[in-house]
Amino acid sequence: MTFPGSLDDRDAARAVRRAGAEAIALWHADPSLHDVDAVVLPGGFSYGDYLRAGAIARFAPVMESVIAAAKDGLPVLGICNGFQVLCESHLLPGALVGNAGRKFVCRAQELVVENTATAWTSGFDQGQHIVIPIKNMDGMFVADERTLDKLDGEGRVVVRYAERNPNGSYRDIAGITNKAGNVVGLMPHPEHAIDELTGTGTDGVGFFLSLTGVSA
Amino acid sequence: MTDTVQNAEATPDQPQPAKELGLAEAEYRQIREILGRRPTSSELAIYSVMWSEHCSYKSSKIHLRQFGEKAPATDALLVGMGENAGVVDAGDGWAVTFKIESHNHPSYVEPYQGAATGVGGIVRDILTMGARPVAVMDSLRFGKVSAPDTARVLPGVVAGIGGYGNCLGLPNIGGEVAFDECYTGNPLVNALCVGVMRTDGIKLAKADGPGNKVVLFGARTGGDGIGGASVLASATFDDSKPSKRPSVQVGDPFAEKVLIECCLEIFAADLVVGIQDLGAAGLSCATTELAAAGTGGMDVDLDVVPLRDPTLAPEEILMSESQERMMAVVSPDKLDDFLAVCDKWDVTATVIGTVTDTGRLRMTWRGEQIVDIPPRTAAHEGPVYRRPVERPLDQGILNEHDGHNLPRPRNGRELGQTLLRMVSSANLADKSWVTDQYDRFVLGNTVLAQPDDAGMIRVDESTTRGIALSVDGNSRYTRLDPYHGAQLALAEAYRNVAASGARPLAVTNCLNFGSPEDPAVMWQFAEAVRGLADGCLELGTPVTGGNVSFYNQTGHTPILPTPVIGVLGVIDDVAQRIPSGFVNDNGQIFLLGETRDEFGGSAWADAEHGFLGGLPPRVDLDREKVLADVLIEAGRAGLVESAHDLSEGGLGQALVESCILGGVGARIELPAGLDPFVALFSESAGRALVSVPRTSAGRFTELCEQRALPCTRLGVVDVLEIHLQVEGQFSLPIRELRTAWWAALRQRFE
Repeated sequence: MTFPGSLDDRDAARAVRRAGAEAIALWHADPSLHDVDAVVLPGGFSYGDYLRAGAIARFAPVMESVIAAAKDGLPVLGICNGFQVLCESHLLPGALVGNAGRKFVCRAQELVVENTATAWTSGFDQGQHIVIPIKNMDGMFVADERTLDKLDGEGRVVVRYAERNPNGSYRDIAGITNKAGNVVGLMPHPEHAIDELTGTGTDGVGFFLSLTGVSA
Repeated sequence: MTDTVQNAEATPDQPQPAKELGLAEAEYRQIREILGRRPTSSELAIYSVMWSEHCSYKSSKIHLRQFGEKAPATDALLVGMGENAGVVDAGDGWAVTFKIESHNHPSYVEPYQGAATGVGGIVRDILTMGARPVAVMDSLRFGKVSAPDTARVLPGVVAGIGGYGNCLGLPNIGGEVAFDECYTGNPLVNALCVGVMRTDGIKLAKADGPGNKVVLFGARTGGDGIGGASVLASATFDDSKPSKRPSVQVGDPFAEKVLIECCLEIFAADLVVGIQDLGAAGLSCATTELAAAGTGGMDVDLDVVPLRDPTLAPEEILMSESQERMMAVVSPDKLDDFLAVCDKWDVTATVIGTVTDTGRLRMTWRGEQIVDIPPRTAAHEGPVYRRPVERPLDQGILNEHDGHNLPRPRNGRELGQTLLRMVSSANLADKSWVTDQYDRFVLGNTVLAQPDDAGMIRVDESTTRGIALSVDGNSRYTRLDPYHGAQLALAEAYRNVAASGARPLAVTNCLNFGSPEDPAVMWQFAEAVRGLADGCLELGTPVTGGNVSFYNQTGHTPILPTPVIGVLGVIDDVAQRIPSGFVNDNGQIFLLGETRDEFGGSAWADAEHGFLGGLPPRVDLDREKVLADVLIEAGRAGLVESAHDLSEGGLGQALVESCILGGVGARIELPAGLDPFVALFSESAGRALVSVPRTSAGRFTELCEQRALPCTRLGVVDVLEIHLQVEGQFSLPIRELRTAWWAALRQRFE
């Protein structure tokens, strides 16, 4: 998916291809999903995000289709800005606000995978430690206590920060899923960890392989 | 009332604010001569910004010519100096364009926006060449790390660079951060951008073909930055004179991101004849330069320029430096397609004029003629000054006081303690507090980034080809000897690129100096330019473009002369890149090059004694070439695992960094016959630290011997060792070194 202001859309497309799938470009102004089997909402600053990250993107013509399809079970992965859009769209609970350190944070980040039952994490082992880059300005996941308890209780925390929490996210939450497990939001960037040369390793491929079912 | 051409003819004696706009009396007279009448107020606005130091290079031009006159013969250049940026052949039909530019004064006034718009401006320069911008770097200088104002300026500048660059989706792959008291009231923010295109996609800034349409597109024109960069950059900060510090421009990275994608789609469909970005001097610059480089004439209707503020007068519209604007020349049959692309990206586009063959730039406002000038006279035929040049009075004394009697560490323990203090000094400490605020992963082509010696990216994912970039400068060296100081900066950037495994090909530069009206500053400038031009000739790396920033001073005190040099290199296969950190156990550590007792301008003299004097390290560019050849060849043959150039802080600093980056320890023996202090901290040029797999050590030393490059085995990498052991001197835990190195800037700014 490309919104004006999307930045990691080409990286996401590359990761999808790396996992053996065909990448189809979707455009914010075109409501059609072009019969895709899954949608990746990439990182970036959709529409500049001057108001609130993802706040305008949720009203994009294409998002109406994404929201409807997601409710019908279409796998949707929101990365960083995509995660913010998913929260703004109420496909996922909670919100992402400015980092606790009030600075952009870019670094290799260790995570632990806690839910391997989602469409995007089935290829991992429960409790597996992985390293993928994090890079965000508004990456602090917040929600009220009840929502946090519910997420924990239902095992909907997909990945948690395993070392230094980079942005002050409540309960070290780095990614969550909806009840059905088809919609996942991640603050870290798996699409930047698909090759040793240009990323932090290859731990990120697992998210895309989980979906395509191709073995690594 | 609007000052029309007719009015100007009728009122020849009307007083005009030429002086207030920064024009000298003689310059104002020259304008009257060119036009055969007094200029209208709009024409005066155009000439004043175009003839400002910032836009016209009037004080530097006669010196900068040497870059062309002494240009080495090379077939690597596709476009040389004079365009928005030079273009280098990267092989296989790939072309690379890069340039560095200053945004110093705005960044002092308003650190966040000043730095942000600095990034925005250089990115548009690269875009204008027809290239997709693919990476940025920056060279930053601030006052002492402990100065209260540094706590205001540095975080703002870093946030601004990050805020803008991150939002554009451009990886920031390195640069430098340095501190010196002289920058307290005048920080330096030099931003570099590199772009990639196919060789047949190069675009030039010219308005050809009478009848073609002139389209202004991008952001609307507002009141920001009026008399901004151009006048601002030409005036020193001095409280006693009327303020020349108008509003700094405000950046909108989202608008720029959309503009980039829009332009790239326009280029791909071949919809423009010529294109120019609007930077300093805004519309004045774009219209005069496009017209001057093309058929020679242009008619413009200023009434249709889309405005953010409808009350703007024509003079203000001409001088506005609102960001995120571009101007294109489009043939009428492609206009609809052009506008359709703009519409797709929600980019405002307006036809504001037509190319003519009249040789005149004419503009109308409310139906009346307000500008009628020969565009070349504003764009290219401005005044040129041969400013007086005089060696600073204190230069001799400065060189004589070489600090030979500064107390040096006397034993192993003191050497170890000195090293520990040095690695935590502001100039040598880890810069990740800064670089962690920049996205280095986006676009998926970043192979090396800070803290490696050079940044490296793959030019496109369809190829293994890559480019490496390094920017370096050392103002202390340059103060001691501007000719060799500039060459040392060049040599360091060149060495850094070679240490990454890439072949250095071309040079860009940002020359930051004090007032050109000060003969001592002008001497520094003239010497530095001469040194750089001679150095580029000797190394075979031509200057492709750059930027001069004068008036960097507080009151009458200029900054230390600071030429910042960027070197670009090419590598056939990015998989053969060489990282700076040690890699594997049992790697054999070698020191390449010769070490002499050279401490003039060194980090040791600065950090330990606050001393500046003597002469900088000797320059031997032949040796630099040999060193580069060996590093590149060894990289290609897979003989080296890591390479780290030796510069500020000498061998000690390089050892510590290579250990920390590799997460390993090392056991070292200092070269025999050399004073241990000199061995560890001297800053002799032309040296590098490499690690070589044991099985390749023989072949590697043979390669060095063949090229007569001194090669000294120092020791081994040990992954289980948790110390940096320097035999017979000291043993320091890597953890302790790492903490000291890593925490210094964090503690200061967190």
